[in-house]
Amino acid sequence: MDVIVCVKKVPDTAEADVSVDAGGREINKERLTFAINEWDNYAVEEAIRLKEEDEGTVTVVTVGGKDKEDILRRSLAMGADKAIRVDMEDPEDSFVLANVLCTLIKDQKFDLVFFGAQSGDFNSGVTGAMVARMLGISHAAMVNGVEVLDGSIKASRELEGGLNEIYEIKLPALFTIQTGINEPRYVSISGIRKARKKPLDVMTPEDVGVTEVKPMLSLEKMYLPPPGKIAEIIGGSPEEAAAKLASLLKEKGAF
Amino acid sequence: MTVYILAEHRRGELMDVTFESISAARRLNDEVVAILLGTDLADHAEKVAKYADKVLVVEDERIENNTEAYTQVIGEIIKKDKPKVFLMGNTSMGMDIAPALAIDLDSPIATDVVGISEEGGRIKVNRSVYNGKVLSDLVLREAETSVIAIRSGEFSAADLEEKNGEITKVDSPLKETIENKKFLEFVEPVAGAVDITQADVLISVGRGIKDKDNLPMAEELADAVGGVVSCSRPVVDYDWLPKDRQVGTSGKTVKPKFYLAFGISGAFQHVAGMKGATMIVAINKDIKAPIFSVAQYGIVDDLLKVMPALTEKIKELKS
Ligand SMILES: Cc1cc2nc3c(=O)[nH]c(=O)nc-3n(C[C@H](O)[C@H](O)[C@H](O)COP(=O)(O)OP(=O)(O)OC[C@H]3O[C@@H](n4cnc5c(N)ncnc54)[C@H](O)[C@@H]3O)c2cc1C
Ligand SMILES: Nc1ncnc2c1ncn2[C@@H]1O[C@H](COP(=O)(O)O)[C@@H](O)[C@H]1O
Repeated sequence: MDVIVCVKKVPDTAEADVSVDAGGREINKERLTFAINEWDNYAVEEAIRLKEEDEGTVTVVTVGGKDKEDILRRSLAMGADKAIRVDMEDPEDSFVLANVLCTLIKDQKFDLVFFGAQSGDFNSGVTGAMVARMLGISHAAMVNGVEVLDGSIKASRELEGGLNEIYEIKLPALFTIQTGINEPRYVSISGIRKARKKPLDVMTPEDVGVTEVKPMLSLEKMYLPPPGKIAEIIGGSPEEAAAKLASLLKEKGAF
Repeated sequence: MTVYILAEHRRGELMDVTFESISAARRLNDEVVAILLGTDLADHAEKVAKYADKVLVVEDERIENNTEAYTQVIGEIIKKDKPKVFLMGNTSMGMDIAPALAIDLDSPIATDVVGISEEGGRIKVNRSVYNGKVLSDLVLREAETSVIAIRSGEFSAADLEEKNGEITKVDSPLKETIENKKFLEFVEPVAGAVDITQADVLISVGRGIKDKDNLPMAEELADAVGGVVSCSRPVVDYDWLPKDRQVGTSGKTVKPKFYLAFGISGAFQHVAGMKGATMIVAINKDIKAPIFSVAQYGIVDDLLKVMPALTEKIKELKS
């Protein structure tokens, strides 16, 4: 099985203090840390597992500047065979991005293409299915289980409330991968260093043959949510706060 | 302006997002036509017609439970009728269908939409990004039809105006049976030993618990108050707790008397599963975490310090 995995580098904002920059169209990114999109990490792991079960290759692809290369190196260290970076600014617009990825992928040899179900920064969740449609191949979104059959894949899609639905999908196909499908392996710094010898191709948009397309969305502005209702904060040291909360819980009848 | 919406249903049940889609479509202030696909649709059609101006029903068993057939059939209907907007839920089904449909129709698409309006013929949407910490306004490109997928639970269907719209049967435009993507079956979630939906007190832990080795600390607190440990999705994804402990859209919906959220940021998929709790307490070191806007009480501190202290205090108060 030859698998292509599309990966994106995203800022970690779950625990960060996020502010919008002066232009009002982007957040301040200087103090944020970046990593491979959580969903994409599961996708890379799944591709490597398929290769290990049977045979084939795993190619990881990202569209972005040189600062994005570390997520490709990390994926190579996990066990991917080859990486491609399309050297252009990571397109803000999903349709523009899908166009670049489709143009690149259509000339590659593959049985399967994996995307993340969504990217953790904008949660669009559209690029995978768009690329499948542009390539003219079958797809399934929110896949949380993959089993290889002869010429097809048995794929489990995650639905609401813990329910799954199972499809049989003919190859070639494209899946968007949901978190929890596997346990991504750990990569060490020395592992990343060893993977330096693996090929990482840098292609210009011209090499890929990218044509200009019109974005589908235009961003007007970004802003912080207006302050709304907020919990009554119980202050003090952890012990003091815990004592007050314990009394409150008792008073309300929790125990 | 005419807006077409998808009436989503599964295993004989109409999904709430159907009515939320009608509610969202009404913000664009005009005719709302619902598309209903599959088999056994008579009951659904009546329920939807109550609030839609028109319901188009396509009975065809080749469409039932097949997202590819759905995409093709919706595409044919939209190409013919050319509504200004096609709108559906950003559900698991929506994530499979909507982007593919946008490519088929050469339409712009916005997903996970929480606000929608029209300005001079252009569709404008509001989306929440960066872990719910930032909002963004976006305008869709000029097009014959725009595709919108709305966030579940965001557009209230409580005050929908009754329309008692007309129900029209439409011949299936599906050309052939879908061979490349065959639906096989549904698989039910596995039930575990503990039923978190029955507990009065839930000690719920999120990614902030940091390590599997810290879980016994949560178990001790749960034992002290006579509650049960539940969790957010990453804790299940990491295999630290079984799936039946997960609260949220892809887990369980709980309504305990007390819900204590430790190290949970409050993503909408999580909040959807617990906002019905009588009293919510959030313990999180980030005051900006969205969970504090759903909680009645909060402690802004390290949960690894607060949790054991709380266990001790509760034990003291009980003795
Ligand atoms: C289709 C789909 C379905 C989903 N379904 C669900 C679902 O059913 N349930 C669900 O929960 N999620 C679901 N999610 C995931 C959801 O979007 C969030 O990613 C998830 O809820 C985040 O979990 P979390 O709050 O534990 O982690 P994070 O968002 O990473 O938050 C961790 C929090 O812990 C705090 N923290 C860290 N360390 C400490 C400390 N020492 N002390 C105190 N606080 C600390 C941080 O400030 C942060 O707020 C779904 C996502 C998708 C795309
Ligand atoms: N710059 C990028 N380069 C390569 N793949 C990307 C890029 N951005 C997004 N993707 C892929 O598209 C998926 C979904 O993105 P989105 O539609 O933006 O939510 C991600 O999980 C990645 O697999």
